[in-house]
Amino acid sequence: MSFKKGVDDGLPIGIGYFAVSFSFGIAGSKLLTWPLITLISMTNLTSAGQFAGLHIMSEMTGTLLEMAIATFFINLRYSLMAISLSQKVSPSFGTFKRLCLGTGITDEIYAVAMSSKVPVTPIYFLGLMLLPYLGWTSGTLIGAVCGEVLPHFLTDALGVALYGMFIAIVVPQMKIHKPTCIAVFISIALSLLFNYAPVLSEVSFGFAIILCAVLASLVAAFLFPIKENA
Amino acid sequence: MSLEVFFKYLFVMAFVTYLLRALPFILLKRQIENVFWKSFLAYIPYTVLAAMTIPGIFKATEFLPASVAALCLATLFSLKGHGLVLVALVACLAVMAVNGLHLWI
Repeated sequence: MSFKKGVDDGLPIGIGYFAVSFSFGIAGSKLLTWPLITLISMTNLTSAGQFAGLHIMSEMTGTLLEMAIATFFINLRYSLMAISLSQKVSPSFGTFKRLCLGTGITDEIYAVAMSSKVPVTPIYFLGLMLLPYLGWTSGTLIGAVCGEVLPHFLTDALGVALYGMFIAIVVPQMKIHKPTCIAVFISIALSLLFNYAPVLSEVSFGFAIILCAVLASLVAAFLFPIKENA
Repeated sequence: MSLEVFFKYLFVMAFVTYLLRALPFILLKRQIENVFWKSFLAYIPYTVLAAMTIPGIFKATEFLPASVAALCLATLFSLKGHGLVLVALVACLAVMAVNGLHLWI
């Protein structure tokens, strides 16, 4: 559980984050200057949350309350991961270290940390989050700078990279767990309604995402409670 | 957008995200026992990402068939068990291919 082991385990995540945050930088460069977009990645380290946040910023109607609530629901899964990770860390992982390293709880870093056979030490976790953090912020910076100079056909294509990543997270779970399939399809159906139905399409992006996800998850949790530890 | 407005949004985003991670990490030392809320939280990531992807991906490019191709190929490659990076790359390549074909024809 050394620092070096953490860095090694974090390398593939770092490379993946670089590619994905590159497209976040491009998306952001249509609205903000590159230092500001990079600052978002440095302080948030979350793909879906930042992506939603950017949408809310770009909509003139997006209020701060909407930003807080959208961020809360989209990133709520990190709380669940933080709870389960707190069962897995070594006794040397004190409150102060948890406050400092808590930022590193992302889907992928959490997944790697939980796959460890021995308790997770603070120094290992620091090593593990190092390259993903650098990959995420540098990818955003380069994407934001290049987004202004890259030809249009390239930025158009890179705009779907983030969605590709979302699909790669959702589809494998749908394949092995049928109730997740149903939850996902309910959410998609609601999302289509909120985008195209006459009155519902007035609802802004942030709240629409919250309503789709919360309603679909409530229905799925009610119909198909998950008993085993997933 | 003014700098002042941006920093207000940034602060709210970063602060909420940080609290969601740090607070449970330091406060909760035991697992959630309630099956319903545990299940609800387990479904949340997937329903959120699904609602963001559809119809978002259709608006991500300027030519609808390119988006549809990206969605189909990304789903196919995910089903075959390929990872995050490759699936994202395939989606990008699909858009390029369809856009290129569109220009050529």
